[in-house]
Amino acid sequence: MVVREDFPVDKQFIASPVKSAVDKFQLLPEFLKLQVRGLVKQHLDSFNYFVNIGIKKIVEANNRITASSDPNFYLKYTDVKIGTPSITADNVTDTLTPHICRLSDMTYAAPIMVNIEYVKKFCDQITIEKKENVVIGRMPIMLRSCCCVLYGKDEAELARLGECPLDPGGYFVVKGTEKVILIQEQLSKNRIIIDTDKKGCLNASVTSSTEATKSKTIILMDKGKIYLRLNAFVKDIPIMVVMKAMGMESDQEVVQMVGRDPKYGALLLPSIQECAGHGIYTQQQALEFLEKKVKKFSFSNPALEKEGRAMDTLRNVFIANVPVRQNNFRPKCIYVAVMMRRMMEAFLNKDAMDDKDYVGNKRLELSGQLISLLFEDLFKTMNSEARKSVDLQLAKVNRSVPVDIARYIVKDSITYGLERAISTGNWDLKRFRMHRKGMTQVLARLSFIATLGHMTKISPQFEKSRKVSGPRALQPSQWGMLCPCDTPEGEACGLVKNLALMTHVTTDDEEGPLISLCHSLGVEDLELLSAEEIHTPNSYLVIFNGLILGKHRQPKQFANALRKLRRSGKIGEFVSVYVNERQRCVYIASDGGRVCRPLVIADKGVSRIKEHHMKELMDGVRSFNDFLREGLIEYLDVNEENNALIALYEGEAEPETTHIEIEPFTILGVCAGLIPYPHHNQSPRNTYQCAMGKQAMGNVAYNQLCRMDTLLYLLVYPQRPLLTTRTIELVGYDKLGAGQNATVAVMSYSGYDIEDAIVMNKSSLDRGFGRCIVMKKLSAINQRYPNDTSDRIIRPQKVRSNAEKILDADGIAAPGEIIRPHDIYINKETPVNTRDKFTSPTGLPDSAYKSTRQTYKGPQGETAVVDRVALCSDKDNNLCIKFLIRHTRRPEVGDKFSSRHGQKGVCGTIIQQEDFPFSERGICPDLIMNPHGFPSRMTIGKMIELLGGKAGVSCGRFHYGSAFGEPSGHADKVEAISETLVRHGFSYNGKDFIYSGITGCPLQAYIFMGPIYYQKLKHMVLDKMHARARGPRVMLTRQPTEGRSRDGGLRLGEMERDCLIAYGASMLIFERLMLSSDPFEVQVCRVCGLLGYYNHKLKTGICSTCKSGDHISKMKLPYACKLLFQELQSMNVVPRLKLTEA
Amino acid sequence: MPRVSALDLPDVPKGHLPPHLELQRTRVLCASDAPTHTETIQYSGAYASVGVDNSLRLDQFCRDFRVEVIRLTEDDMEFDMVGIDPSLANAFRRILIAEVPTMAIEKVLIANNTSVVQDEVLAHRLGLIPIKVDPRLFEYMSENDTPNEKNTIVFKLHVKCKIKGPRLTVKSDELKWLSNGSELPLEMESHTSDPASKQKTYTAFTCSQVSLPEFSNNPIAPKHQDIIIAKLGPGQEIELEAHAVKGMGKTHAKWSPVSTAWYRMLPEVVLLQEVEDEMAEELVKKCPVNVFDIEDVGKGKKRATVARSRACTLCRECIRGEDWEKRVALRRVKDHFIFTIESTGALPPEVLFTEAVKILEDKCERVITELS
Ligand code: SF4
Repeated sequence: MVVREDFPVDKQFIASPVKSAVDKFQLLPEFLKLQVRGLVKQHLDSFNYFVNIGIKKIVEANNRITASSDPNFYLKYTDVKIGTPSITADNVTDTLTPHICRLSDMTYAAPIMVNIEYVKKFCDQITIEKKENVVIGRMPIMLRSCCCVLYGKDEAELARLGECPLDPGGYFVVKGTEKVILIQEQLSKNRIIIDTDKKGCLNASVTSSTEATKSKTIILMDKGKIYLRLNAFVKDIPIMVVMKAMGMESDQEVVQMVGRDPKYGALLLPSIQECAGHGIYTQQQALEFLEKKVKKFSFSNPALEKEGRAMDTLRNVFIANVPVRQNNFRPKCIYVAVMMRRMMEAFLNKDAMDDKDYVGNKRLELSGQLISLLFEDLFKTMNSEARKSVDLQLAKVNRSVPVDIARYIVKDSITYGLERAISTGNWDLKRFRMHRKGMTQVLARLSFIATLGHMTKISPQFEKSRKVSGPRALQPSQWGMLCPCDTPEGEACGLVKNLALMTHVTTDDEEGPLISLCHSLGVEDLELLSAEEIHTPNSYLVIFNGLILGKHRQPKQFANALRKLRRSGKIGEFVSVYVNERQRCVYIASDGGRVCRPLVIADKGVSRIKEHHMKELMDGVRSFNDFLREGLIEYLDVNEENNALIALYEGEAEPETTHIEIEPFTILGVCAGLIPYPHHNQSPRNTYQCAMGKQAMGNVAYNQLCRMDTLLYLLVYPQRPLLTTRTIELVGYDKLGAGQNATVAVMSYSGYDIEDAIVMNKSSLDRGFGRCIVMKKLSAINQRYPNDTSDRIIRPQKVRSNAEKILDADGIAAPGEIIRPHDIYINKETPVNTRDKFTSPTGLPDSAYKSTRQTYKGPQGETAVVDRVALCSDKDNNLCIKFLIRHTRRPEVGDKFSSRHGQKGVCGTIIQQEDFPFSERGICPDLIMNPHGFPSRMTIGKMIELLGGKAGVSCGRFHYGSAFGEPSGHADKVEAISETLVRHGFSYNGKDFIYSGITGCPLQAYIFMGPIYYQKLKHMVLDKMHARARGPRVMLTRQPTEGRSRDGGLRLGEMERDCLIAYGASMLIFERLMLSSDPFEVQVCRVCGLLGYYNHKLKTGICSTCKSGDHISKMKLPYACKLLFQELQSMNVVPRLKLTEA
Repeated sequence: MPRVSALDLPDVPKGHLPPHLELQRTRVLCASDAPTHTETIQYSGAYASVGVDNSLRLDQFCRDFRVEVIRLTEDDMEFDMVGIDPSLANAFRRILIAEVPTMAIEKVLIANNTSVVQDEVLAHRLGLIPIKVDPRLFEYMSENDTPNEKNTIVFKLHVKCKIKGPRLTVKSDELKWLSNGSELPLEMESHTSDPASKQKTYTAFTCSQVSLPEFSNNPIAPKHQDIIIAKLGPGQEIELEAHAVKGMGKTHAKWSPVSTAWYRMLPEVVLLQEVEDEMAEELVKKCPVNVFDIEDVGKGKKRATVARSRACTLCRECIRGEDWEKRVALRRVKDHFIFTIESTGALPPEVLFTEAVKILEDKCERVITELS
């Protein structure tokens, strides 16, 4: 296997400490490298599924366009495929690479090609023609998916394409920006969910989703009676009426279907009585009753009118996922009965209620599914447009023009539709009644971890404002599937989640073969069962993807047989089989969007993976897939986990144990995986770090210096953490670090370290600690105007002014030049007249241009450098000039730093090295942290990190601190670390004898000192500090502007005003609110109380209402107040000023 | 205990300190929880009540003060300084770090840089390269000085990686000394000045530095030849000129003549009780730096002795655990400093120290003149 070399398995693995019985850790790197890159495998799988299978299904389902006037006139799609990413401009086709697209603001998309067969009509002559590889649009391509040019490339090839080998892919490049389609969390489709509504009514609901329709059916229990609630009906319908309408005329049979147990019958009785009360006994009566309740639609389909809308609704809308074949409503009746039975069970026993927050009831919608929805909608729209045009054309009398359907296929609508949706994030699909916003986000490129974290982010189904705690709470079923630490703080807390390291999200699996397999494994078909037989004891219902297949008398054996087949690879590895004893059901699921994770299979508590398997894996003769194929490992989804007894470690396995975890630290996600010893920290600290790790500066990607991001933060000398974790090595954080190992002394120093501030050593900063590079993009467009004139860039004058100094001869700033505020970076001129036509638009005289040069605005006194200048043409073929401005900064007072334990702090002061304390060995800390940071935060992990780091530097081996890693040897134990420390002459507790650098005497305490990995966060004072004396004002109100970017004033807000009022500083209030803001002198008429004006000729104020200047007084008002008066007047409200003294 | 009036207590003997006070005065006691008596008692009348004069006497200082060089290599030295106050020892340390001048690259004129290393990062890296030259031969350059042969050293670096070649690592040996000053022409406002006159450059050397006797057979170069400055890919090139000037460590760490300089107080390990047999073995095993030895006292009895107390790193292993603090005492001698200087290479460490002494002398003189 050649692949092994490029994989980040540490070389130190062999030297690592203690081994568990069989160390299964090596499976992890194997899992993660499986196919392309494991971390975003869910995205790639989903997209690959769409591109390979989904799109074919969609096209096949809508493969015929037939002219409505002439059924012989048709177009048929015979095949569809997606080509390689390329762009065709001026009839030249160039292949695209993602990096080219990023740099030149293009969309990384590939043509969608179809084979068609169509009818051509020429002078009533009908011919059938075939065409291949007709392009119907361009599909944005997910990076590293099977259509991408990066697919299967090795590191060197990727480097040649300008791509970072550690970049996970899984996102799109649309118009030059990288866009991620977030994973969407949703409630399961086609599953019965028992819940209570707002009024406390028990209900069973099914959200049906089939290719044809989407509907929500609710059966609810109100005051003991059972009703159906469906959008298509105006009112709630008694359930017995529905049953009768579906042909279930015998009440007895309904009772039998629900269950013969009298407790169910008793609950059904009120409903039966109500139905009888309405006088409905036959199907006919029931349908008539329903007909009155069906919502009327404006359009009417004559075909439906015949049968009756009620029947149609029951057939197509009501629990739409249960198909009705040959007018056989029996499956639907049984489904309703099962729903009612579940509801009654919940009524009798509250525990039977379903938990909406249970992960097993959730489905994750991935980019593939979302794009396929979008594509389906656009494809159908395109087809109907084509049909309309053809109809129009056929209706025309002129037959001499050939009518050619293929010509009416416009490819732009699909291209633009896809592009627009991905770049705005708005999924507006009328056809599926879907209006969702914010589905995509710009990929966070702040740090490598931010990028990875963004790819695993799950966006919630609920709106964030809901004040419920349920969905936000940590669910036990999230174990191993969703990271328990990584969630934002604030309003989205607990709603936005992140996938754990080993989680896989399934894609759809073929249903047909599985169904027939179930039947051959002894599932008794529903059709053949009498109503009574359904619920006989000792038999379980078999439910496949929410559809009742039948029943089975030996559910355990049935489940085991299915599992055996799965383990031997006969059926898909992601099919889940789950026996629910309480509901007496066997659930089989093969649908997409379920979360699952791999586990080691154990027989009677003995792991199937043996030493020799692992050895073969290490030697490279065995892959993760081999483990799967040989039934050593299997994927379990959340539901099936309920049937398993999973041991954490092999040693803890009991005879009943069915599975063993691969590695406990995989319950955490990528972001939380960076934290060393997270299991020793207080839990919120880990959550804080997850948020902060995304703001840390460091390396972004190997190609970071070739990128043109709007804002890029880099660290000049990033380091690999001394205390690593396995996750760090797996995801490649050790190659793209975001921080530096700082020697930290935990002590108090000066007064500048209160409130978590840190004291820094100036010499460390001199030597490059915390130095960072900020790159900003500036751009200019050489616009072309409708009258064919265009902007021009001209060379600077011979004798250059100071501001023109950095311009090259072409009028564009030269790379490498130092750029200061007010420097011109592009010497551009715009034609004065951009509307009227000129005879020679290119040869305008100089006087016809006005200067629109652009000057650099940045912090005063800082020297930034023009890093790169790129010229490209944008989508309108205008010349676009992009400048990358680089600014290298050393830390200053106020810059924010944080360790990996949610301990953030700003730099409080910078102190000379000679004033810093030093140890017996001459070690001087890089920064000093106040010990008050520890007691309330309880971040023991940080202390262990310090110890481990210290031991690491003294013995020359990277130490590990993986979560829960002590038993399996993925984290060094404190005892062992202490021993190492002692061996190298340090105290076991990490505290050193320190001399004060100021007095030269030893300090009266031993100081806890050692290296801790510190991150520099993106919040820097230089970008935030702001003060203003006088400055710009807003035009409308004449008050000072707001915000730093507009050089705004600092607001004296309501609360500050309250303080001043309470204090009684009236003159100060007057000065702040009026004189320093928007004083204005007005002329007030004492008679009418309205505002007048000042006549400069007559040198007197005049009231325009009274037409006289006799009773005018001058007074001062805030301009905003004057504005208010005038606005009120414009609304016919007259504010009058009554002056007491004038 | 019977109550005794304070007046009835026997007199404290006058003239010398009682042993416990003497111990506190001269030793830092390193207990397992925290060191105590770390401060030095400077007040001359601190022990007046027992009739001890604590003032510092010059003749006594001259008699007791002693410097003993333990180790001296090209770049670092270790010496003992006995009979001195920590504040003085610290003054030397501080001066060494921050106030002894050296030469370091301060200005970098970049003519071309197509490498991946950004200009300012490259300049920063160059600045940190220690230069082997005696800074005493140069003058400080103040703000409006023109760079000349007395205050500036010019280096040139011009490397190019061949288009079809392997990657190239630029090391500090590529920095070439330009004894005649800068070669880059100064950009003038008027280019029309007569071409015959010598092009002005960024420096104004009156003579070549090679002609100066100090450098004639001692060319200026970076101290180490293998410091990595940058790495070049095929076709990349760096061309620059670096100007080194004299400066002090307090301005920027690059001018610090030492990687670090520090001292530690002489460790003193005392056995308070006889530690014998298994205990002795345990004690010997405890110490990671072998401070203790075992001595045979005959009759098969063994006893622990303190053999190499100087090596003690104060890991406090020997006083860890029950009762060990009763047996072993860790102390530091307050007026005995083991001083270490690690030079960056501009000057040998012993010269650095004498320079530091001179600077302190200067300072004292300045204080005296200011006071008088
Ligand atoms: S403190 Fe440590 S090094 Fe010193 S004597 Fe005791 S054990 Fe040995």
